[in-house]
Amino acid sequence: MNNILNFLEKLGASARSSLSGLGSCTRLFFLTIIYSSDSFKRFNLIIKEIYFTGVLSLIIIIVSAFFVGMVLGLQGYYTLEKYGSSEAIGVLVALALVRELGPVVTALLFAGRAGTAITAEIGLMKTTEQLSAMEMMAVSPIARIVAPRFWAGMISMPILATIFSMVGILGGYFIAVLVIGVDDGAFWSQMQANVDFHNDIVDGAIKSLVFGFACTLIALYQGLVAPPTAEGVSRATTKTVVISSLSVLGLDFVLTSFMFV
Amino acid sequence: MDENLIAINNLSFGYGKDLLHRDINMQFNRGKVSAIMGGSGCGKTTILRLIGGQLNPNSGNVIVDGRVVHEQGREGLRNIRRKMGMLFQHGALFTDLSVYENVAFPMREHTDLPENVIKDLVLLKLNAVGLRGAHKKMPAELSGGMARRVALARAISLDPDIIMYDEPFAGLDPISMAVICDLIRSLNDALGATSIIVTHDVAETFSFADYIYFLADGEVAAEGSPKQLLASKLPFVKQFIHSEKDGPVPFHTEAPSYQSDLSL
Repeated sequence: MNNILNFLEKLGASARSSLSGLGSCTRLFFLTIIYSSDSFKRFNLIIKEIYFTGVLSLIIIIVSAFFVGMVLGLQGYYTLEKYGSSEAIGVLVALALVRELGPVVTALLFAGRAGTAITAEIGLMKTTEQLSAMEMMAVSPIARIVAPRFWAGMISMPILATIFSMVGILGGYFIAVLVIGVDDGAFWSQMQANVDFHNDIVDGAIKSLVFGFACTLIALYQGLVAPPTAEGVSRATTKTVVISSLSVLGLDFVLTSFMFV
Repeated sequence: MDENLIAINNLSFGYGKDLLHRDINMQFNRGKVSAIMGGSGCGKTTILRLIGGQLNPNSGNVIVDGRVVHEQGREGLRNIRRKMGMLFQHGALFTDLSVYENVAFPMREHTDLPENVIKDLVLLKLNAVGLRGAHKKMPAELSGGMARRVALARAISLDPDIIMYDEPFAGLDPISMAVICDLIRSLNDALGATSIIVTHDVAETFSFADYIYFLADGEVAAEGSPKQLLASKLPFVKQFIHSEKDGPVPFHTEAPSYQSDLSL
């Protein structure tokens, strides 16, 4: 009986702590919005963060996208060839990338590269009392540290996802057309005919915006609540990757079921 | 004008159910250097955070220049903090900014001064702490004592009325310690500021402070000028000043009997 009660107590405590975390994260979002006007007045702060979160993520995004595109081209060709429709490889690669893989893989890479950097940086700023120092100088850390990083993430993610899809398509083209020998014209024309701007490209961009929002907010929140110790910051960094990745996959399912079904 | 720039009235504060401070009263006079002393973990730094409005008291209040700190809204708190400068224990310099940019930070945030005026002011502040020549360095290139002095230059960059120092001597070599001691006194007098130092270094503090509070067990155990405290017969003050290992503050933490722990 005691074991059951202990289990229920732990379950309740864990549910309560998760809900309270969600509440605090929502509060952080609204505070960020309130303080965002200060950040937009000094747009150079946002540009600096776009460089760190977006531009410096370009290498990993481009290399991954090219490989993902090549694998898609290869696997897609072998399957389509069985049904005698290997010319449709362009559509398959483009739709897979624009609708799903572009936004999702970009978000996962973003969480691993930029998200962890944001959490570790803010966590260490907290540990070394830099955030307290800022507060005591009558400068809000939300306005100076959180808001610029939030908007940089929101702006960077859709651009990175678009670049991912573009490079992925080139990867698919490289394998399907240049290596295997699928017809060049069929590859592009089928893609042009079957990829819809509103239903595919815009919906993909909306997905990446939502993922950008989730990944950046989670990274910022984990950094701010990280216990001010080496262990605390390392745990927070791990949490950022785990929670962001799961959120991206969960949100992707929800968004897909609304957009494409 | 009220003689006390800062007054702490019947203040009680605790992080959880247990109170860290119980019914504390302190006054910090204008133009004076006051110190808060006590053992590690007795809540000295917390007092500075309560004065700066980073924490709210459970009961009682902190009044800064006639205004109750915890009753202030965002703007009120901002105005109070703009009159304060704080030196953190390890400097808390912004590691992504150079020494120059660290000192310029409060000026850029709170003033519209042109760049050439900011440059003159930054170099003036850095000169006051003897580090004008290091203005291009990054915080990672500085020694502990130098970082503390840069943080001091940043704390005084807007000529604050109140300067708070959190453990300014911790981990410093004797020369750096003497330099910081001298700076605290001279900057206080030159700026006409009111300084509060939180520390447990007896010799340095007694050499230049005007008034000292001793904190123990969540209460003000003793207070007075260095001369009065040196003559004090209170056991806690005697133990603290003369660095006695045992006394009212026991050497051993509370524990079961030694024999039972060793299974004898």
